[in-house]
Amino acid sequence: MHSQSLIRLFSVAVYLFMFTPVAVVVLLSFNSSQFGGFPIEGFSLRWFWNLADNEAVMRAFRTSLMLGVLTAAIATTIGILACLALIRHSVIGQNFFNMLLISPVLVPETVLAVGLLLFMRWLDQPRSFAMLLMGHVLLALPFVVLVVQARLIGIRRVYEEASRSLGANAVQTFFEVTLPLLMPAVFAGMLFAFTISFDNITATLFWRPAGMETVPTQIFGMLRHSISPEINALGTVMIVITVGLPLLAGALARYFARARI
Amino acid sequence: MASLTLAQRLEVVDYRPWVLLAPALITLVLLMVVPMAIIFVFSFYEFIDIALDRPAFQFGNWQEFFSDRFYHYAIWQTLRIAGITTIVCILLGYIPAYYIATTTFRHKWLLMLLLIIPFWVSFIIRQLSWVHVLGSQGIINATLMWLGVIDQPLRLLYNEASVVMGLVHFLLPFMILNIYVSLEGIDRNLVSAARTLGCTGWQAFREVTLPLSLPGLAAGCLLCFVLAGGSYVTPLILGGPDDFLFGNLIYDTIMVELNWPMGATLSTVLLVLLGAFVVIYSRFMGLSQLYKSLN
Repeated sequence: MHSQSLIRLFSVAVYLFMFTPVAVVVLLSFNSSQFGGFPIEGFSLRWFWNLADNEAVMRAFRTSLMLGVLTAAIATTIGILACLALIRHSVIGQNFFNMLLISPVLVPETVLAVGLLLFMRWLDQPRSFAMLLMGHVLLALPFVVLVVQARLIGIRRVYEEASRSLGANAVQTFFEVTLPLLMPAVFAGMLFAFTISFDNITATLFWRPAGMETVPTQIFGMLRHSISPEINALGTVMIVITVGLPLLAGALARYFARARI
Repeated sequence: MASLTLAQRLEVVDYRPWVLLAPALITLVLLMVVPMAIIFVFSFYEFIDIALDRPAFQFGNWQEFFSDRFYHYAIWQTLRIAGITTIVCILLGYIPAYYIATTTFRHKWLLMLLLIIPFWVSFIIRQLSWVHVLGSQGIINATLMWLGVIDQPLRLLYNEASVVMGLVHFLLPFMILNIYVSLEGIDRNLVSAARTLGCTGWQAFREVTLPLSLPGLAAGCLLCFVLAGGSYVTPLILGGPDDFLFGNLIYDTIMVELNWPMGATLSTVLLVLLGAFVVIYSRFMGLSQLYKSLN
């Protein structure tokens, strides 16, 4: 019994270790002090208003949103098609292709970043938004594939076979039967891809064209001077988006699942 | 077969899966496979001046890498920091994973959710948050000064320990999740059997639970080690001038010195170095365990 409570105590301490620093950022973003750190002088929302007036930050936000949404759309589409091929058809070298699809996770991101950069240079192409986007698709693809694959394996083939035997062709069957059943995984995959893109900094620092900033690189650039209260406010906004969005999606999914029954 | 037309042959070979696979394969080949080959080719190019290099086949960059002690030191430092980070992750991560797997707490899903949420909090925010904890205006120094324990802020930031702290904060959820997946798969009856046969609780853990959780532990270690060894942003935010990792050398060589051939050489080294750990791991464990954990 004694060791049980020690285990619990230790676990709580580890959870605190994970959440306290983040909580401190959120706390300090409401601090009215001129400086980004302690002590707390009072409650203020002015750093959030400052943020809204900061043209560079807003531009970075638009870039990041655009990048995230496009990454999610492209990576999920490509990923679903590949999963259909690997799960619903028999392909020679299935295991090999499976490996290949997941392999970007196993390559250090710095190396992936350098590779694409040098390839573009080899082709004499300047860095561009399109290249950044394709890079993010590469980083997100393995996670989309993992999520969609897991779900697709769980969907029994009888539904598709029934649809085919009732006269629908392969494309109709996909849109009328498979895709609706796959929807939770599609959403999860898109969300995954969006957060991976929205959050990425390691590769983005290599890939972004001169003068283009995403939110993480913008924060990184601002950090170079000092930690301003504005960074804390920006951090809080980021946390609300990247944590709030999946939580909301999960809660909605649960609500709809219950409503259907 | 010989008398079949091309169209008929295409019908014999089912080409539909290949059409479906094509976009993903093209993406991977163009954005990963070819670029990695290009890195290797570039490592033999000759650096002339900033942002200027000449296609060549010479071993100058490799010679520089193998002869310059600085690069060897950087490799040692990278392996050391990645190793320390992994060990700290094991020490901090095993017990919470065990707790989540064995708890009778009704809201276990909440513990799981709290474990996933750090993944969603932006990496850069999680890293900079440590400035608020360890910095001269951070929570530790502010508290100690308020209590009157110290009158000058302690220098807790911009050293190797703060870099390890940032890396651990980033990688710990990976470790806990991997160990948890392994522990969750263990048949509880085995532990009960060990206890009935006379084992103490600790013995049952050491003889049954711990060995059976090793696959997850190994997967967690691999992820922590490879991700820590490949990072360069954390030292930039939380490290001092001497606390660089191999990734920092690559970043500086390519983005600051614009010496692409040398940058390519160093990238190849990093890939081989960390790739070796993945290969060793997959020889013993197989990669399927890793996929399970990534899910």
